[in-house]
Amino acid sequence: MAETAIKPLTLNFGPQHPAAHGVLRLVLEMEGEIVERADPHIGLLHRGTEKLIEHKTYLQALPYFDRLDYVSPMNQEHAFALAVEKLMGVEVPRRAQFIRVLYSEISRVLNHLMNVGAFALDVGATSPMLWAFEERDRLLEFYERASGARLHAAYFRPGGVHQDLPAGLTDDILEFCDHFDSYLDDVNALIRDNRIFRQRAVDVGTVTAEEAMDWGFSGVMIRGSGVPWDLRKSQPYEVYEELDYDIPVGSNGDCFDRYMCRVLEMTESIKLMRQCIEKMPEGPVLSEDNKVSPPRRGEMKRSMEALIHHFKLYTEGFHVPAGEVYVAVEAPKGEFGVFLVADGSNKPYRCHIRAPGFAHLQGMDFMSKGHQLADTVAILGSMDIVFGEVDR
Amino acid sequence: MEETLSELGRNLSASLGSSVLDWSVDREELTLIVDRSNVIKTLKHLRDDSLCLFKQLTDLTAVDYPERPERFEIVYQLLSFKYNLRIRVKTSTDEETSLESVSGLFSAASWFEREVWDMYGVYFSNHPDLRRILTDYGFEGHPQRKDFPLTGYIEVRYDEEQKRVVYEPVKLPQEYRNFDFTSPWEGMLQLPGDEKVAENGEEA
Repeated sequence: MAETAIKPLTLNFGPQHPAAHGVLRLVLEMEGEIVERADPHIGLLHRGTEKLIEHKTYLQALPYFDRLDYVSPMNQEHAFALAVEKLMGVEVPRRAQFIRVLYSEISRVLNHLMNVGAFALDVGATSPMLWAFEERDRLLEFYERASGARLHAAYFRPGGVHQDLPAGLTDDILEFCDHFDSYLDDVNALIRDNRIFRQRAVDVGTVTAEEAMDWGFSGVMIRGSGVPWDLRKSQPYEVYEELDYDIPVGSNGDCFDRYMCRVLEMTESIKLMRQCIEKMPEGPVLSEDNKVSPPRRGEMKRSMEALIHHFKLYTEGFHVPAGEVYVAVEAPKGEFGVFLVADGSNKPYRCHIRAPGFAHLQGMDFMSKGHQLADTVAILGSMDIVFGEVDR
Repeated sequence: MEETLSELGRNLSASLGSSVLDWSVDREELTLIVDRSNVIKTLKHLRDDSLCLFKQLTDLTAVDYPERPERFEIVYQLLSFKYNLRIRVKTSTDEETSLESVSGLFSAASWFEREVWDMYGVYFSNHPDLRRILTDYGFEGHPQRKDFPLTGYIEVRYDEEQKRVVYEPVKLPQEYRNFDFTSPWEGMLQLPGDEKVAENGEEA
């Protein structure tokens, strides 16, 4: 029988495929089983967040950040709160800084748990995802006890955090930290040492350090390629400078290294959470400046001035002096930046959101070139894509 | 920090000469303003010069100022891993004039430029693949422009009779309400009676 050449095939992957991590539509040009070109079509979850923020006061704009990367909401609020604080020159009380770091790290564990489970699911292991969700729920309970909401917390505010931690919460977080290490051992035994997982992840989707810089990668995507770059260390914000922790760095830049970075980062985050609780001082959790942060409820019952401040803050909002800032935080997925342009009014003139996932997904084409179709799913899983932030 | 950035700004304006129109350091952030014909030259210098090594284009976006003759301000954010510094490069353009794409220098620019094209309608010449990115297939207009209404022009719904999604002009049951919270005391630049001060002042 004569050998026939197979015509290049265009394959449509998603947007309703369970491995597409939401609403990704990937148009793949295939040569047999090999991917020649990957063209991600994004924007199916575009909600016009940046446009909406231009029509809201600064305080009303904050909850939109929870809805970007809905797997790690508080890290995003953090970037926006820091940007507003930088423009206004507001001092954040020390206790609030520790609470923010504590909850940033809780969010990091939340995010990595989700990704580690979902990545394992993408390459064929079903149960780790379910196990991860059990631990995630414990953490979401800490969210709920501090902010009142499990996911869309709106807890970090310009000037601090909305409420102080309720009594007994820190003890429960410490208890969680104690048992989490043994949980991570289970995860490693299940996934890291698994033969199938290694076959699917090692040497797949390799990124060199130069490529990672050129394509605007950040977070685990650049650390996995051997670049020791973490904004918490290199451009520290809040109290990260005073805390003791390490940054795991990969060496090969493949999917397995990125997976390992995430698991090790969870250990470091647990260390950070412990230190935060240990070092957290007593004191206010929100700036005392009533032009930025609302007065306490008890005060409002007694003081006319406090009542006026409260009314003005929740109707007109505060005015931010004109200027431009770019503030970035190390979100679990990478560098999450907010470019905020203020014109002196009570609404942002322009608020651009620099989402790490947007830059990472752009690399899909060069990362999956020459790989098999099944590997694109592994690459996508190791990128940690959440469409809320990619599409904005 | 402030000192390092000022020094870098001074060095850059010396080495790049007339292509740097202005530079400033504000809130520990260095901004260079360049003419749009010199963007490629400036970014190449910033990327390759041994004193800069801004290897990563972190972000690229635009800001719309409809009242200016060149209404769009294009903002590039660069990051140097070697010196742990950030820099912002700004240039301006209008609806008609295209900008040179920087995707040849930084691969990351490709999607960011597609987003700016989609949202603002700024055209980038020599871009390998300038398509819309975030809006719907067949979308018309550039939604992030200040003169584009927040509610948009088109809405979609599933039509039970036609058994498909239909596109219709936006019908609002209630007009979009834009509250002006500016206090009359702050919004009023000249209080009634103030004009007399100038008149009387001249007499006295």
